[in-house]
Amino acid sequence: MVRLITHNLLACHAKDCNTNNFPLQFKDVQLEIREADFNPEFLKGFMPKIEWKALVETAIQLGDTSLPLEQPEMLDEEFLKNLHHVLLEIHVEEGSMTCPNCKHVYPISNGIPNMLLAEHEIG
Amino acid sequence: MIRSQQASCPVFKPRIRDQPWLNERLHQILSRNPAMIPTPDLSHLTTKDYDHVYEPAEDTFLFLDALEEDAESLKNMHASICLEVGSGSGCVTSFIGKILGPSKRNNWLFAVYLCTDINPHACNCTRLTGLQNTYLPIKKVDINPVNGSLATPFQSRLVHSVDVILFNPPYVPTPEEEALIAQTSKDIGGAWAGGWDGMRVTNIFLQAVEGLLSEKGRFYLVALKENNVPQILKTMKDVHNLTGKASLHRPFDTFVVVNIHEINR
Repeated sequence: MVRLITHNLLACHAKDCNTNNFPLQFKDVQLEIREADFNPEFLKGFMPKIEWKALVETAIQLGDTSLPLEQPEMLDEEFLKNLHHVLLEIHVEEGSMTCPNCKHVYPISNGIPNMLLAEHEIG
Repeated sequence: MIRSQQASCPVFKPRIRDQPWLNERLHQILSRNPAMIPTPDLSHLTTKDYDHVYEPAEDTFLFLDALEEDAESLKNMHASICLEVGSGSGCVTSFIGKILGPSKRNNWLFAVYLCTDINPHACNCTRLTGLQNTYLPIKKVDINPVNGSLATPFQSRLVHSVDVILFNPPYVPTPEEEALIAQTSKDIGGAWAGGWDGMRVTNIFLQAVEGLLSEKGRFYLVALKENNVPQILKTMKDVHNLTGKASLHRPFDTFVVVNIHEINR
């Protein structure tokens, strides 16, 4: 289950790839939408940990334009519901993620991202 | 081949179906006081899965007992990110999901459960175990498995952000070469082969712990007495300015669960 909450916490960790290595770019994705329990308290608490720009851009790439470009100050119910959907209900089941810097490709299969590196790529 | 490898080890991570005497111990654990937090349901995993993934055994259950003993203080942490390294069957993360899960007292907060394992079979078992375990009032423990080594894929985004880190490492002393091959082959051997002092993989991860732990965070590590627990604690204090103690240490057990956190907490 690569949900956008996980995607927002993953960065390229290949040897010498330290800048512009986030967010990883999705490619050839198969999505599944699965309902999750709505929990506004969790979302409010988790917001400071989110890289907002990366989240919004990634959501747009996956076809969801419901989030504002800037993190709003007023967190109304509609906004939190949209955030809930983007973070927790969109699952990337198949496809890959590419590092914007070194172009390393991390495949996703059966909902699990393969973040392993070959021996010579480990920093 | 795997069993002969196990047999060559002076101490090994025991596997229940190879060790009839463990069934008795397992029975004791499973029939624990009903007020205790139940052991996660693993009935969906088969012997085929356990050919490639470490089957929960005595060390796993000791780990659960240690977490259960700390359940009150874990709940009071209001943890938002929990990371298990080398999640194997997913038993431990599912268990802590029950402890940290949303409750009225917790203001309905819950944590994100991230797991890594170098073994792709293990990642799949972890995912299935999360789906299998239903706890009210949450429908299930939403586990996010990543096929990766230690915390490396999360290292740059989770600087001082993880509230609970869990690690039951490959701690069994083995020839260095065996540990190296086990880590490269990314199969079940990686769950126990730990090099000459059983610390080959653990030592690498200990370097990363301080950078990951949040201010209130804590790190639980399973160790064997042979791994020299006082030395682990001394290194964490001298090099990383973290303090810790053996949180569950029963005289007849071969294992120790170590709990490490910031000094000024």
